[in-house]
Amino acid sequence: MKSPTISAARSSAMRSSPESAGRVLLRLLDRGAPVLAALLLLLIWELGCRLLDVPVYLLPPPSAIVEGALAVSPSSWGGHIWATLRVSLLGYALAVIIGIPLAVALANSRLLSRTLYPMLVVVQSTPVVAVAPIIVVVLGAGDAPRIVITFLITFFPIVVSTVTGLMSTPPELLELSRSLGASRWREIRNIQLPFAVPHIFSALRISITLAIIGAVVAEFVAAENGLGFFIAFSTSFFKVPQAFAALAILVTISLILFRLVAMIQKWWFPWSLPKS
Amino acid sequence: MVPHDDNDSPRPSIRFNNVGQVFTSSDGSVINALDGVSFDIHKHEFIAVIGPSGCGKSTLLRVIAGLVQPTSGQAQIYGLPVTEPREEIGIVFQQPTLLPWLNVVDNITFPMKHKYGRVTLEEKQRAQELLDTVGLRDFAHKRPSELSGGMQQRVGIARALLHDPDILLMDEPFSALDALTRDEMSFELLRIWTERPKTVLFITHSIPEALLLADRILVMSARPGRIREIIDVGLPRPRTLKTLSEPRFHEIANHIRGQVFSHAVLA
Ligand SMILES: Nc1ncnc2c1ncn2[C@@H]1O[C@H](COP(=O)(O)OP(=O)(O)OP(=O)(O)O)[C@@H](O)[C@H]1O
Ligand SMILES: [Mg+2]
Repeated sequence: MKSPTISAARSSAMRSSPESAGRVLLRLLDRGAPVLAALLLLLIWELGCRLLDVPVYLLPPPSAIVEGALAVSPSSWGGHIWATLRVSLLGYALAVIIGIPLAVALANSRLLSRTLYPMLVVVQSTPVVAVAPIIVVVLGAGDAPRIVITFLITFFPIVVSTVTGLMSTPPELLELSRSLGASRWREIRNIQLPFAVPHIFSALRISITLAIIGAVVAEFVAAENGLGFFIAFSTSFFKVPQAFAALAILVTISLILFRLVAMIQKWWFPWSLPKS
Repeated sequence: MVPHDDNDSPRPSIRFNNVGQVFTSSDGSVINALDGVSFDIHKHEFIAVIGPSGCGKSTLLRVIAGLVQPTSGQAQIYGLPVTEPREEIGIVFQQPTLLPWLNVVDNITFPMKHKYGRVTLEEKQRAQELLDTVGLRDFAHKRPSELSGGMQQRVGIARALLHDPDILLMDEPFSALDALTRDEMSFELLRIWTERPKTVLFITHSIPEALLLADRILVMSARPGRIREIIDVGLPRPRTLKTLSEPRFHEIANHIRGQVFSHAVLA
């Protein structure tokens, strides 16, 4: 009774195995391709630096960067990471808290959009990096100037995208809302804002990476800790590998935050994702 | 005129009294969307409106929905001037315009939720019944994106019927659908209308559709939007596929075609 089943199973396994094994390998390659490419790049980087004898202060090899990272105490890294993260997230939160309601106001009032929009464009056209020292002089020491600088960099994309999203509400739905005699506030909350969610989230994703840039720019100008400060400080003492280590941490933080925003959209607003 | 409640000559459901609508577009030019439109719609009558694009059909609907105030004249519902949106109206748009984040049932009950902030059990039951009516019983918990265009438009119709409105305003509701679905939807609308009679104002670009559905057809002319002719369809009910092959059907269809085309050529 048993043997035919087993042999049947075996033969079917044998029949399907070459195909599926090939497929599995392909899928693994497909999945692992980005990682493999990154590893390969690191290897070329490392070998290139060693073979060509590139001075460490010009381009440190990955091994030197790891060494540099380990030379700094974890608590010291923690302090810098926390400082940058705090400024980025506070500036970002401020941009969201001010930007979205402002966008709602702009989208719903012709007068406001006519008067405020040009001003916003002027603010956006002013290079924040150039204004940063002035902001520091005005707001003094502490987190405040850095948060304001981060806010200024992140705020505009949020406002513009949210306005675009709010305006993309089908006019028929607004007519439906009005034909029901629903209040303006309900119309905004139940119809306009949900319709803007896809646009809002694409802005939130861009802005979270801008927030890190904002914090680093602010720390270049005036700070006593933070990863931006640490990079400026390290390079001024030619500790280039440490600066590269800080850079790698910044990139990692940026990527994690970006993913996090994308995850929040996926968890809370799955319907807002384009179907792929 | 003295209003009187007399069953033999009932008051019209809807009355357009010399309604004119002038729009000033953003470049300052003046558009005469409606000009001296006067006619009555009787209770539970099915009226189709047909006319060239931009002749003011949607504007006519917006006026009766209370969404815009006419610049001259007056629209009345049951003898009362329309100054704001009223309860007894349901609207179906050209696009289903459902809310993508709500499932089908929640989309149908959305007007109540939106207006009062909550949905009663009764309304929920009614939504279920309406799902049966429009043949979507098994799709109650699907999202709009999972439905075909025709199914989405059925949801849009169910949504407009939720509060059992006396007056149903439909702005080219089937024009985004393919021809087969379109015919199917027309017969379904007729069935719903027979089961629960309503006064219907139905805008369309399709002459056969207007003929199949309506008691009377309002033919409009372009700019300024005027009533060109009111046609008594007079085809027997219930209308079926056979109606499409009746001589009178083709006679009126050709007549309307002549009206619309001769005007288009003149314009
Ligand atoms: N809010 C508005 N502001 C300015 N012009 C308008 C407005 N609404 C409509 N119009 C103009 O009034 C005219 C009639 O518009 P309406 O939408 O009623 O036409 P329609 O008969 O429904 O056309 P279609 O068959 O293409 O839907 C058009 O020329 C249009 O441009
Ligand atoms: Mg129209």
